[in-house]
Amino acid sequence: MIHFVLLVSRQGKVRLTKWYSPYTQKERSKVIRELSGVILNRGPKLCNFVEWRGYKVVYKRYASLYFCMCIDQEDNELEVLEIIHHYVEILDRYFGSVCELDLIFHFHKAYYILDELLIAGELQESSKKTIARIVSAHDQVVEAAKEEAGSISNIIAQATK
Amino acid sequence: MNPFSSGTRLRDMIRSIRACKTAAEERGVVRKECADIRASINENDPHDRHRNLAKLMFIHMLGYPTHFGQMECLKLIASPGFPEKRIGYLGLMLLLDERQEVLMLVTNSLKQDLNHTNQYVVGLALCALGNICSAEMARDLAPEVERLIQFRDPNIRKKAALCSTRIVRKVPDLAENFVNAASSLLKEKHHGVLITGVQLCYELCTINDEALEYFRKKCTEGLIKTLRDITNSAYQPEYDVAGITDPFLHVRLLKLLRVLGHGDADASDLMTDILAQVATKTESNKNAGNAVLYECVETIMAIEDTSSLRVLAINILGRFLSNRDNNIRYVALNMLMKAIAFDDQAVQRHRVTILNCVKDPDASIRKRALDLVSLLVNENNVKQLTEELIDYLEISDEDFKEDLSAKICSIVEKFSPEKIWYIDQMLKVLSEAGKFVKDDVWHALIVVISNASELHGYTVRALYKAVLTFSEQETLVRVAIWCIGEYGDLLVNNVGVLGIEDPITVTESDALDVIEDAITRHNSDMNTRAMALVALLKLSSRFPSISERIKDIIVKQKGSLLLEMQQRAIEFNSIVDRHKNIRSSLVERMPVLDEATFNVRRAGSLPASVSTMSKPSVSIPNGVAAAPLVDLLDLGSDDILAAPSSSGADFLQDLLGVDLGSSPAQSDATQAPKAGTDLLLDILSIGTPSPAQNSTSSIDLLSTTDYNKNPSIALETLSSPAPPHKATTSSAGMFDLLDGLSPSPSPEATNGPVYPPIVAYESISLKIEFSFSKTPGNPQTTNVQATFINLSPNTFTDCIFQAAVPKFLQLHLDPASSNTLPASGNITQNLRVTNSQHGKKSLVMRMRIGYKVNGKDVLEEGQINNFPRGL
Repeated sequence: MIHFVLLVSRQGKVRLTKWYSPYTQKERSKVIRELSGVILNRGPKLCNFVEWRGYKVVYKRYASLYFCMCIDQEDNELEVLEIIHHYVEILDRYFGSVCELDLIFHFHKAYYILDELLIAGELQESSKKTIARIVSAHDQVVEAAKEEAGSISNIIAQATK
Repeated sequence: MNPFSSGTRLRDMIRSIRACKTAAEERGVVRKECADIRASINENDPHDRHRNLAKLMFIHMLGYPTHFGQMECLKLIASPGFPEKRIGYLGLMLLLDERQEVLMLVTNSLKQDLNHTNQYVVGLALCALGNICSAEMARDLAPEVERLIQFRDPNIRKKAALCSTRIVRKVPDLAENFVNAASSLLKEKHHGVLITGVQLCYELCTINDEALEYFRKKCTEGLIKTLRDITNSAYQPEYDVAGITDPFLHVRLLKLLRVLGHGDADASDLMTDILAQVATKTESNKNAGNAVLYECVETIMAIEDTSSLRVLAINILGRFLSNRDNNIRYVALNMLMKAIAFDDQAVQRHRVTILNCVKDPDASIRKRALDLVSLLVNENNVKQLTEELIDYLEISDEDFKEDLSAKICSIVEKFSPEKIWYIDQMLKVLSEAGKFVKDDVWHALIVVISNASELHGYTVRALYKAVLTFSEQETLVRVAIWCIGEYGDLLVNNVGVLGIEDPITVTESDALDVIEDAITRHNSDMNTRAMALVALLKLSSRFPSISERIKDIIVKQKGSLLLEMQQRAIEFNSIVDRHKNIRSSLVERMPVLDEATFNVRRAGSLPASVSTMSKPSVSIPNGVAAAPLVDLLDLGSDDILAAPSSSGADFLQDLLGVDLGSSPAQSDATQAPKAGTDLLLDILSIGTPSPAQNSTSSIDLLSTTDYNKNPSIALETLSSPAPPHKATTSSAGMFDLLDGLSPSPSPEATNGPVYPPIVAYESISLKIEFSFSKTPGNPQTTNVQATFINLSPNTFTDCIFQAAVPKFLQLHLDPASSNTLPASGNITQNLRVTNSQHGKKSLVMRMRIGYKVNGKDVLEEGQINNFPRGL
C-alpha cells in the first residue's frame, strides 16, 4: 500500500502531498523535512529506493521535481516506479509537456488527476487514456457550470447597474 | 471573473508568494491572505468559498496552519453543484485527516452523495471516503459502498472496490460482506475494475481465512486464465508499457495468486505453468518487465514446493544481481534474503557478488547487502567473510561504520570457531570503529577475555599495542584499561607468549602511561575515567616499583570536578596509603565472569535493576550489619556487565565491588577480614558496628560472591558457614537495609532461608523492629515478630498496633505480649503474612500504632517498604 505521495522540488519546496495513512499535521511536516533531506542529498546514479522507518520510499526525479511514494517493506518497488512514471505521463498529457510551474499554478489539477489514479493508496486505473477522459469530463462539467454562473451574474450585474 | 468577489485571485496570490525573497516576506503575504480569507469566511459569501479554499490549500502546502478553513470544506461539500463539491472534497482530503472530529460531520453529506444521481458526484464521494475514512465512517457507509460495487458505470465500480479495501482494513469484521461482490469483479474485462477487484480480493484474503478459502476454491482457475490472457495478448496501445501489456494488472494478479497458492499444494500446482511462462517469456530489459519478473519470483518462492520453478526463480535473481541497474540489484538482494530460507546453496554461490554490494557507494544497497551477508554466514565461511568485512570497515564511510561494526560483532560472536580468533577480530573492530560499538559488545568481549585464562597475556599485549595506535577509540581504550588493570603483570613480564606473537618489551611505566593518558585525556568520558581509576588501584599492587607515580595520578583525581571520581580517588588513595597490608588481596584478579549469566541478561537486555531472577543470591548470615558492605561491594559480581546504561558511578562501584568480593576467596581468608571490614566501613564512614560480628559477616559475604554461579570456586575456597541453600536473599534486599543499620543480633538458627531483621519504623519515642522466619514447606507465608521498643522515658499504655496490606497479601495479627509498654522496655507481637505473589512482589505494609502517654492519645503512622526481597 502507498502510505503517502510527495512531490518536492529540488529546492525542497513541497508541490503536492497526499496522505493515505493517518499522520497528524505535525508528523506530516516532520516526515517531509526528514525525507526531503535524505532524498535530495542522494547522488544521481544511486538506486531509487530509500529505507526509512521500516518503510521504503521510492522516488524518481523528473527535471526539477522529485516524485516520492512511501510503501510497505513487502511491496514491489519496481512497480511503484512504474506508477510514478504512469502519473507523470498522465500529467504530461494533460498539461501538454508538464513543467513545475504547471503544478504550482494548477496544483489542484494535479490532485484531481492523482485521485483518479490512486485511491486508498492503491492503483485505480492502468489506462492513461481513461484517466485523461474522466478528468477532462470533470473539467467540462465545471466549465459549463462556471459559464452558467457567469452569465447569470452578468445578467444580475446588468440589471443592478 | 465574478464581479462581486473581493480580494486577490488564486493565481495572483501564488505569484505574490513566489515573488517573496525571504521567508519573513512570505510569512507576511500569507498572513495577509489568511486575514482576508477569514474575513471572507465571516461574510459567508458562497461565491468566494471556492476560491478561498483553493488558496487555503496552497497555503497549507507551504506548511501554514489552515484549520479555520475546515468548515468551509464541509459547506462546499454540502452545496449542490459539482464544481463546489469537487473542490470541497479535495480540501477535505488535504486539510483534514481521519483523526479529526470535524470529519464526523461529513458522514451525512457523504451518504447523500453516494446516493447522488450524478455519477461524477458519486465518484467524488467514493474517492474521499476511500482516502480518509475512519473506522466509524467505514461502518456507517459500508452498505452504500457495497451496493456501488455493482454500479453500472465501471469507473464507479473500481472506485467502490478500492473504497472497500480501505473499509475492510479499518473494520476487518466487515470483510465477509464484500466477498461475493469482490469475486464478481474478477470476471470483468475492464482493466481498471479488474485491477481494483483483484486488489480487494487480496485484501480480503489477508484479513479473513474464510474469504481466502472461498477465493482459492472459486477463483484460482479464473485468475490463472486472466493472467494467461493478458500475458499472451496482442499489442494493446492503451495498456502497453514497454512491450508488456498492463504490468500493473500482471503484478496484482501474481500477488493474489501468491496468497492463494501459499500453503495449498493443489492451487500451487494449477499455477505452475503460467508462472513458468511469465518467468521465461517476460522481457527483462525494461523496468516494467522487471517489476513483473520480480513479482513472479516472489510468488514462486511463496507457493508450495515446485523445485523446477524455484531453480528458474533463483536464476532470475542471479541475473538481477549482476544487472548494472542499481534498482534491480537492490530488489535482487531483497529477494535473496527470502530465497536463502529454502536454497542456501544457491544463494551462497553469489557470495562474492553480494560482498561487493556491501561496498557499494549506494547506502540502500549496502544496507540490504549487509543484512544478506549476515544471513549467509556459517561456520565454514565466517573467517573469510569477517576478514572481508573488517577490511572494508577501514575504508567505509563514517556513517556506515556503526551498522557495519554492529553486524561484524554479531557475526563474530555467533560463529567464532575459537576464542583467540574472536578476540583478534573484536580488537580489529574496536580499533577501527571503537567509537561506534555499543556497550554490550565490549562488555561481552571482557567476559570472553576473562574466561580465556590462557589468552590473558596475549590479549593484554595485543590491546596494549592497539591502544597505542588507536587511542581515540573510546571502547578500545576501555577494554585495554580494564585488561591492563587486571593483567598488567602479564603484560610487563611477557607471560604466556604464544608462538604467533611478536615479542615486545613493555615496562611498567609504559603500561601506566596508557592509563594516565586515558584518565587525563580531556575527551575521555566518565566511564573511561572511572575504569582507569580502578585500573590504577589494581596496578598499585601489581607494580610496586612505581607505586609512587600511581599514587600521584590518583591524588590528582582528588581535584576532579566529578563527585564520584573525587570520592573514589580519596578512597583509593587511602587504600594505597594506609592499608598496604591488605591492598594486594583487595585488588586480586577478578574471578572469571560467568558467560551464561551474562548472555541471559544480555538477551533479555535486562535493566541494571537488582530484582531479576538471574541475580546471584548471596547469603548474609549476619543480618543488618552486612548491609553497608553490600552497598559498597554490590555483590552481584556480574553487575560489572550489567546493562549498558549503568552509570559510571555504578560501574566503578561494581568493578571495585567484585574485586573486593573475590579477594578473600583466593587469598588466605582468615587473614584479611577484620582489617578489611574496618577499612570498608572506614571508606563509607558509617558507624562502627562491633568488629567481631562484622568480620565474620564479611568473610561470608565476600567469599560467597560467586557462590551460586561458580560452585567449584566456592567449594574450593570457601570457609563460609553458609550453605548454598541459604543463599536466597538477593543483594537487592540488602540495599533496602541501609536505613536499618544497627548493631544487630546474630541471626536465629532456623532451617529455612534467613532474612535479616529490619527496623520497620522509628520515631523519637518508638522503634519497631521486624524479624522474619518461614515455616518450612510454606514459602508464601512469613512469620514476622514485631518488637516494639519504647525509646522515651514515659510508659505507653493502651498500645494498639494496626497494619494494612495490599490485596495480594494476607495478614494475620496475633495478640501482642502486652498492651503496656514500659519506659525503655519492649513488647512483641507476632504477625503472619501470606504473599500470593511470592517471588514476584515483595511485601509492603502500612502500619499505625496508637497509645496513651500520660493520658494523652498519640497516633503514629508509617509505611514499611524495606522488607527483604523474596519474602
